[in-house]
Amino acid sequence: MSVFILRRLMQSVVVVVVMSLIVFFGVNVVGDPVDLLISPEADQAEIEATIARLGLDRPVHEQYGYFVKNALQGDLGKSFIFGEPALKLIAQRMPATLELAFVSLIMSAFVGIPLGVFAGLRPEATTSKVIMAGSILGFSLPTFWVGLMFIMVFAVMLGWLPSTGRGDTVDLFGIPVSFLTLDGLSHLFLPALNLALFKMSLVIRLARAGTREAIHQDYIKFARAKGLSSRRVVLVHLMKNIMIPVVTVLGLEFGNLIAFSVVTETVFAWPGMGKLLIDSIQLLDRPVVVAYLMMIVLIFIIINLVVDILYSVLDPRVRLKDIKA
Amino acid sequence: MSVISEQAAPAEPVPAKPESPFRRFVAAYFESRIATLALAVLAVIVFIALFAPLISPQDPYDLGEVTIMDSRLEPGEAMFSGTTAVLGTDGAGRDMLSAIFYGLRISLGVGVTSGVIALIIGMSIGLAAAYFGGRTDAVIMRIVDLQLSFPAILVALILVAILGKGIDKIIIALVVVQWAYYARTVRASALVERSKEYMEAANCLALPHARIVFRHLLPNCLPPMIVVGTLETARAIALEATLSFLGVGLPQTEPSLGLLISNGFEYMMSGKYWISFFPGVALLVTIVSINLVGDQLRDVLNPRLER
Amino acid sequence: MTHPPTLEVTDLQTHFFTKAGVVKAVDGISFTVGKGEVLGLVGESGSGKSVTGFSILGLVDPPGEVVGGSIRFQGRELAGLDDEAMRRLRGSKIAMIFQDPMMTLNPVLRIDTQMIEAMQAHANVSRAAAYDRAREALTRVGIASPDERLRAYPHQFSGGMRQRVAIAIALLNAPDLIIADEPTTALDVTIQAQILHEAQKLCEETGSSMIWITHDLTVVAGLADRICVMYAGRDVEQGTVDQVLDAPLHPYTHGLIGSVPSRNRRGSRLEQIPGMTPSLLNLPPGCPFRARCPRAAEECLREPPLTRHGEGRSARCFHPHEEPAAEAVT
Repeated sequence: MSVFILRRLMQSVVVVVVMSLIVFFGVNVVGDPVDLLISPEADQAEIEATIARLGLDRPVHEQYGYFVKNALQGDLGKSFIFGEPALKLIAQRMPATLELAFVSLIMSAFVGIPLGVFAGLRPEATTSKVIMAGSILGFSLPTFWVGLMFIMVFAVMLGWLPSTGRGDTVDLFGIPVSFLTLDGLSHLFLPALNLALFKMSLVIRLARAGTREAIHQDYIKFARAKGLSSRRVVLVHLMKNIMIPVVTVLGLEFGNLIAFSVVTETVFAWPGMGKLLIDSIQLLDRPVVVAYLMMIVLIFIIINLVVDILYSVLDPRVRLKDIKA
Repeated sequence: MSVISEQAAPAEPVPAKPESPFRRFVAAYFESRIATLALAVLAVIVFIALFAPLISPQDPYDLGEVTIMDSRLEPGEAMFSGTTAVLGTDGAGRDMLSAIFYGLRISLGVGVTSGVIALIIGMSIGLAAAYFGGRTDAVIMRIVDLQLSFPAILVALILVAILGKGIDKIIIALVVVQWAYYARTVRASALVERSKEYMEAANCLALPHARIVFRHLLPNCLPPMIVVGTLETARAIALEATLSFLGVGLPQTEPSLGLLISNGFEYMMSGKYWISFFPGVALLVTIVSINLVGDQLRDVLNPRLER
Repeated sequence: MTHPPTLEVTDLQTHFFTKAGVVKAVDGISFTVGKGEVLGLVGESGSGKSVTGFSILGLVDPPGEVVGGSIRFQGRELAGLDDEAMRRLRGSKIAMIFQDPMMTLNPVLRIDTQMIEAMQAHANVSRAAAYDRAREALTRVGIASPDERLRAYPHQFSGGMRQRVAIAIALLNAPDLIIADEPTTALDVTIQAQILHEAQKLCEETGSSMIWITHDLTVVAGLADRICVMYAGRDVEQGTVDQVLDAPLHPYTHGLIGSVPSRNRRGSRLEQIPGMTPSLLNLPPGCPFRARCPRAAEECLREPPLTRHGEGRSARCFHPHEEPAAEAVT
């Protein structure tokens, strides 16, 4: 098992290096780093200082060295607008985004899987047809518009939930989280639901397809022939088998959730990384954009690694194949 | 004892008359009422998009026709010029119905254009990968996988950040987001086709590469491409709307539905919902119909094993 | 027989209502299995033998349905029994062994989980006690180092081992009837022989009855007490193994026995039954074997009667091979 993890870790390191090369190439070689990384309002002294720090007057391979050195020290440029290090800005906003993405993920899983399994077990039932129709709507509806409608209906018209912003936070291991307060939850609900809708529809369809396929398998029939209750057959035998593709998709999609939170954060004015990105793009605050890019890549790689490990935990066939190899 | 010798009864009843595959496909498609409805709705939308200038009550971008006096009228109220604003007017006094018609035109136009270009590029690359195989294939697929593992919205945002605003830049961003999916689909079906016998035959005849690819390989890869094309176009339209809504999409001079929705955002808090609501509904109906049509196409074109 | 028969199937009919039409997979089969008896249910693929097995356990999936007949298990009617009562019988009083050992065990669950749940579904046994019984069961079917095996996953076993595990699971709750659906078909010949031997031994030890479903006559020859031959969803001949194999009545059985390669003398042509099994969707009128039968005549266009030729010996034919004092019953 640890052989597997080690191998995956090494692969991830390789990918990080490749990505850093691509980003570096894009910024320093294809783009104009002076233009991209130095604020248009900087004075001559600052410009020269930055050039020295980034090694922009050196040959390309040395520039990369500076890039890596700076990156490892957490220096990915300074925001034009805020004057703060870009990485610091992003790190400040990360908990909010991660919180939103995480709650959405849990929502999609806990709502999507039961609904999908039900629709798979009873495909002809009216409820199932409603669920499937709902799922088509779920991934066709543009997220931003649904978010707007949520605000309009639940906040403006009905006044049940707040329309924008994040609620009160408490510190959990030093990181501010808002799902532990009631106020926080009420602010979290709509944006999380909004973000979750698309994924939920995918999960429903996936769970349904998996169930429809698994239910005809011999091992299900054998389980029934042993006299196991329907509940056990579904909850243990069936679930464990469809969990594998579902978890894989959910895991991989988590990265997408974080990326897509850009939209939800804008609609609900949620103070996360995504909103920062949009603002930065509009205000041409490029160091922040570059820093965001690197962070996202890192997050993606970590997610892929975790999903792979999870997959091997869930599917014993993968685990043992690797040990033999 | 006489022995009656007979042939064994035929296993399955023979169909009455042979049908062309196209006929069968059309018949199978229309089996679903929902898909038929979706297709009809889509036809109406395309009609509107094509003929918007002719059928709109007002040209919302002609400054001569629009007056600020009409601003924020509720649906059903009469405008200054006497015509009824069936869906209300927006902050600048533009009739929503007309704005939606023109918006559909742009949304659909951008979505379909980017889709077609992405299809051509993706298809060529995918076919090349499948046909030439080996190293070429491996390299191309690596790039495709890398591209596909990134969320579309991020790729689009980064591209827009680099390229700047403008309708052509948006189309480029949308094409970059879509081509990989086409490439992968084409390659998959091309690989299956490649191992079939008619390809070996064509090879034996030493036909030139281009001819083999275009006349023999391509037509058989089309069905999954049609499905992917439909679904990807829906995605492209949704993505463009999202980008426009975020303010990094099409410029104000080419107001797609996304922009209309974005413009209406500020009025929502004061209860003037129609400025965002109706364009949203139009967008929704468009995307949902395309998705339903695509779904049905996929079900009909793929053999499904039902117990 | 002093004991009532373990299983009495009378005129069982199971039909599949598909889009293409009604497939009469089982169309009127009757047989009896006595206590401690092994019945060989023999037929080609498509003869309805597996469906018969599933019908007994109530495991026929839609669009299939048991539409007629009676299934009496130890005197109790099973057809139409409610789900919960049926569930209590499955795996405890009536157990089943499936054909393909690759797919019958759930690949993502451990062997011990799959064995223990079979016990806990029917009785209040502690996990420790169930574990012991599982270990014992594995040893009984000839699996060495059972503790290691219990903690393993199905894909770590060979086909023969998996089938032994399936047999062990079937025996866990000491069932009175075991239905084995072609359990050795997917295995090598050498393993087949071993499994057959094990199965026979275990049945003698435990005194349970068995229905061994197979298409291979040679398998039942050594194993079964009685044979029931199926064709196109019907039972066409029944009797003790000696009666059926030495003096077959039905032309189909005759053809089956004749086509067994070992029966052939070297150099002479292999006998074959001409033609193919009829489609169960479109059965021809009268005797389903008529089109392939060398003895077919005018009357075979009608439904053949069930003729009895002694205690437990019957055939469904107008012209059975041996014609002693036959009394037409139907």
